[in-house]
Order: sequence, then C-alpha cells, then structure tokens
Amino acid sequence: MEPIIKVQNLGKQYRIGSDRSAYSTLRETLVSKFRSPLNGRNRSAHKKIWALSDVGFEINPGEVVGIIGRNGAGKSTLLKILSRVTEPTTGRVELHGRVGSLLEVGTGFHPELSGRENIFLNGAILGMSRTEIARKFDDIVAFAEVEKFIDTPVKRYSSGMYVRLAFAVAAYLEPEILLVDEVLAVGDASFQRKCLDRMKDVGRHGRTVLFVSHNMPAVTRLGERAILLDQGTVLQDGPSHKVVGSYLKSGLGTMAAREWPDLATAPGNDIVRLRAVRVRTEAGDVSDAVDIRYPVGIEIEFEVLQPGHLLIPNLHVTNEEGVLVFIAADSDPTWRRTQRPVERFVSTAWIPGNFFSEGTMIVAAAVSTMDPVAIHFFERDAVAFQVIDKFEGDSARGDFAGSFPGVVRPKLRWTTGRAESGMAATTNLEVEERAS
Amino acid sequence: MTSETFSKTVLESKPGDPNTNGLLASPSKQPVVIIDASKSSVSGGLRELWAYRELLYFLTWRDVKVRYKQTLLGATWAILQPLLTMLIFNLLFGRLARIPSDGVPYPLFAYSGLVIWTFFANSVTNSGNSLVGSAHLITKIYFPRMIVPAGAVAAGLVDLALAFVVQIGLMIYYGVHATWALLMLVPLVLLTTMLALGVGMWLSGLNVKYRDIRYAIPFLIQLWMFASPIIYPVSLLPQKWRWAVTLNPLTGIIQNFRIALFGNQPFVWKSLAISAGITTLVVTYAVYSFHRMERRFADIV
Repeated sequence: MEPIIKVQNLGKQYRIGSDRSAYSTLRETLVSKFRSPLNGRNRSAHKKIWALSDVGFEINPGEVVGIIGRNGAGKSTLLKILSRVTEPTTGRVELHGRVGSLLEVGTGFHPELSGRENIFLNGAILGMSRTEIARKFDDIVAFAEVEKFIDTPVKRYSSGMYVRLAFAVAAYLEPEILLVDEVLAVGDASFQRKCLDRMKDVGRHGRTVLFVSHNMPAVTRLGERAILLDQGTVLQDGPSHKVVGSYLKSGLGTMAAREWPDLATAPGNDIVRLRAVRVRTEAGDVSDAVDIRYPVGIEIEFEVLQPGHLLIPNLHVTNEEGVLVFIAADSDPTWRRTQRPVERFVSTAWIPGNFFSEGTMIVAAAVSTMDPVAIHFFERDAVAFQVIDKFEGDSARGDFAGSFPGVVRPKLRWTTGRAESGMAATTNLEVEERAS
Repeated sequence: MTSETFSKTVLESKPGDPNTNGLLASPSKQPVVIIDASKSSVSGGLRELWAYRELLYFLTWRDVKVRYKQTLLGATWAILQPLLTMLIFNLLFGRLARIPSDGVPYPLFAYSGLVIWTFFANSVTNSGNSLVGSAHLITKIYFPRMIVPAGAVAAGLVDLALAFVVQIGLMIYYGVHATWALLMLVPLVLLTTMLALGVGMWLSGLNVKYRDIRYAIPFLIQLWMFASPIIYPVSLLPQKWRWAVTLNPLTGIIQNFRIALFGNQPFVWKSLAISAGITTLVVTYAVYSFHRMERRFADIV
C-alpha cells in the first residue's frame, strides 16, 4: 500500500529574539541596516532553536495516528507544517489527498454572526464548498444540539454550545487526511465521547487521521499507532498502547507533576490560580508509577489572590477508558467554612491503597466555591499515574494473573463460616458486615 | 480538482464500501501536495486562488455583515461618510474658498470625487490591517493568504454601491443627463479596485512584519487625499505642475470618473493610461512582495 503521508528529514527552525517579540519595528530594521550596512542581516544576536529536526515517518491510508510528547516537543509544529500553515526549514512532505486541519476548534468563528452564518463561514474556512455545507447543514446542527439557537449570535452561546457547534462543523469536514490538534480537551464528557466516536468513524471510513493529544487514554483508544516526539525528534513510533506506556513510564512524560511557574498564564482567575499538581507516594516521592496496594496522594497547590472566598479544592479521577472513577472534594472542616487569606496552599487528597484498578488514571484538578457554585479553574489532564500490580500475591487479585477488569479493585474483607444451609451463610455475612 | 468535485467523490463512496479503500489506495488519483523546504512555494498560485473563491466570498460577506451589526444606523454609514464630508467641503471650499469645479455644481463635483475616494481609502485601510486582524486564522489554517486583503477590498465595493445610490440621486436633483460615457464607470471602478488591492495587499504584508504600518496608514491616506483632485479640479493647477499630479494613479481615475458621470467633456485618455500603467506596476510588485513575505506570516504575525 502506498503511504498517504510521507515525511522525510523534516526540520523547522525558529528564531527566538531576546526582545521576545517576533515582529520587528521598522525603526529597528532601519537602525540595524544603518549601523552595519555591509552585512544586510544583522541577526546573529538572535538564538535559533530547532522545533523539529530530522523527523521522518510514513502513514498509510486509513491509519489513525496519535502524536504525543511533552509540551514543546514539536507536536503542534509538525501539524502546522503538514497543514501548510508554516513552512519547514528542511525536508520534504508528500500528502496524497485533500488535507483538512483542525488546529483549533472554532477557528474563524465570528461572535457577532449567528450559528447558521458561522456554520457557513467556518465551513468555508475549513475548505468546504457552499453546496457541501448546505447539504450537511442539518446534520451539523443536530450533532451540535443547538437547533433552538441557530439564529442567535454565537456570542450569546454558552461556552459548551460554542464548542459543540465548532466541533460539529469540523466533524463533518471529510478530507482524506484529517489533522487534529488537541480538540478532544473541550466540551463536556458526553460530547467528548460523541466526538471520539465520530473520529473513530472517520478512521473506519478509510480516512487518515493524525491527531495531537495529551489525553493518553484517547490516544490508545482512537488509534492503533502513536508517534512519540521529544525535543523535535521522533523518539518512538509503534503500536499506541506501547508508545503511550513507555511515554508514561519514562520520566519524559513527567505526568506525575505539573507546575505553572508563570502566575499570569496559570489556570484560574483573579481569585485563585493553580500552581502545581503532583502525585506522591506515602514516602513523599513524586512518582507516576503507583503500587496498587499503597495509598497515593494527589497534591493540589494553588495561590489565593483575593481574600474572603470559600475555596474548596477538588479532583476528578478518570481511567484510561474515559470512565470517571470518582470526584472528591476537600471536606476538611478547617477551610470548609473559613474564608481564605491571600496565601499559597497545598491540599493533598490521600486515596487509599487497594482501591484503583490497574492502568492509567488521569487526574483533573479544580478549585471551586460551592455556594453559589463557581469554578475558579478546572484543569483537565493535570496529572496522570499508572497503577501497577506487582503480583506479589497480597493484592486484590490474589493469585489470579489473568485479566481482572473493573473500574475499582477494592480488597474486601472476606469472611467465611461453615454453611449448614445456604441461608445461614448469607445471614452470617450480614451480621459480620454490620459488626465491622 | 475543485473542492466541489472532491467532496462528491468522497460522499459517493459509502462507509465500508471497498471502493473507499480502493480510492485511497491509489494516491496518484488524489491531489498531491508536496511541501519541500528547498522550494519556497507555500501558495499554489492562481489556480489555487480560484479554488478558494468561495472563501473570498464568505470573508467578504462576513466583513459586510459584521461591520454594521449592533450599529444604530447600519449601512447608512456607507452613505453618511462621503455625504457629510461633501457638505463640509461644499461649505469650506465651494462657498468660502470658491474653488472652481469644471462647470459642475460643487456639491456634485465633491461628492463624485469622494465616492470613489472613500472606497479607495477604506479599502486600503481595511486591507492593510486585515492580515494582522486575521492572525488567529493565519496561524491555524492554510488558505491562500491573498484572500484576506482581497476580501477587505471586496467588502468596500458593497459600500461603494450604496454610496453610489446617493450619487445618482444628486445627479437627478441637479438635472444631469445620463450619457453613454457612464459605461466607462465599470473599467474605472475595476482599476480603482486593482489599485486598492495592490496597495492594501502590500501594506498588509508589511504590517505583519512592521507594526508601524498600522500607524502610517491613516497618515498616508490623509496625504494622498490632498494629493488627489477631490477638493479641487486638475485644471486649477498651473500647467507646468499638472504632470506631477498625473503621476498619482488616482488623478486619472477621479478625473475620468467625473467625466463618465457628467459626460461634459471628452475623456482624458493620457492620464487614464498613466493610471493604468502605474496600477499594473503596483499590483505586480505587490503580488511579488506578498509572495515573498507570506511564507513567514504564520511565524511572525
């Protein structure tokens, strides 16, 4: 089979200026030309970095490939080159087929225009013809579930509606090659599910999908193949569960801790901002490999910027199938009814051992005010960790080494009595339960 | 392959249809895009521009639609701008300064100049700022970049049409008879559009790189207005300086625009030829420099 995407020796160099602004002012250029008229390009002061270097791979028609890696690994740059938004510095790409790219949901949406008008505008921007959009219009509206508001300007939409509509337009874009950048991180869970299904469908119909995601479960679920990028090079390319697994295990992912050093861009608002989320073992180490038998602590570090609010940190743990395992909110009475002063807090939630199933757990961290309800930040995929069973015989699986499914895997207390009749055994168990 | 025929091929192959795979297994039949770092060709030229014509239509339509949303007077602004300016000019230059107007009533004279000038000025301003204003699009999605400034100019055409309705009204009021010369309006508007596109496109590209341009545009427009025969007729100038004014491509356009409307004298072909020549040069240079600059738009905008 001929590959549909062929990437060879691809490289992209960016210039990072000391003044941090990419564009220059006319005066700057004139001054530099005047100062050194002989060397026309006086740019040696700028540092150059390779966002991508020597990247090569081939993708066959119908493949759904996830691109993973840390922030700054070059994932988005790769998609930008493939979608022709930016030019590579070295190398060559061959794309056999129409390319549709979805680098950001709602690109080109205009707040003043109605939902109907935006569907046409956005569709045209994404490369659909007017007749094509008209034909798919009803499906798009139904998919987005915004029938009632279709003639309302989108600036009056809730953010959920906005995102749904934007994704719906993109979901009906039907090129042979679809490039998607982290759009799965939007919308509510049920809508996310719908989008994932839709993308799966796209893959099944023989279309090729290349998508960037930090959502490891989505990567394993959606595609059979994943490419791991690090510092602009391909570190691993293979079956997605293997690549995701080794990404999470290697320190590379540092999925166990995330920090937001810059207060201004950290998730949050004027009241409180998220500074860090960490996964800790009982011994206090930050680790993304957690023994199934021992407790694990999820640490949320946040900075209160405005005094006088009741702030409740909470976390949402999802497993690799996207199933929400539980939500937990800080119930410590100390801060539950006490207005917080301006200070940096660290709240740790201890999840007992013998609770999780094996596999990857993804933690979303939030700080909310409960009455009236306000969510100050909700950081999806803040951290992740793997729950590992070492098969030493004292975990909930006992001596069984095969597949042991289930959302949680509690190690329950089992009691046994000698049964004189079936009824007696049951009664005995109930009595024991009550006693404990 | 246009986008329309493409979508048909895809739509006609049903899900699970073996043809879908068959279609994709022979990539030679698909449009092939080759991105090569050694060949600088992000944009695919005229054919691609044509393939994206619907996007031009939608961007123009968006500009027109959005411009007057949540405004009290709506599209009336397109008329008010030249009309109020004309009233002031009439008072200052027609009544007080008594500037001659080639035998046409001064309000009519000033308005006709202002109609075409307002179109030109707004188009250059809007398209000059268009790329920077569409940064979110440019960094996210590929399409021929030229469409952005072109859309801004095209949206100006709609305003021009509205303002022109008042022009007709004024002509009826002053009893100007229609002549065959009116037909010349079509090539004249076309020429103005090309000139505005050329200047606007060039400025929009520069604006991405040098944000000074945003501040320079209003100033440039102001100077250009005084250098063009809007307030005054070319005949007011001393003979030996007329050639200099004719080098301004708008001179030939405005001059002949009035003649086309009023049919009161023969066309000044010489100044029109100079306008057309300079416009061609401007557009050629603008396309060339835009092409060179557009490779880096997404990285620096």
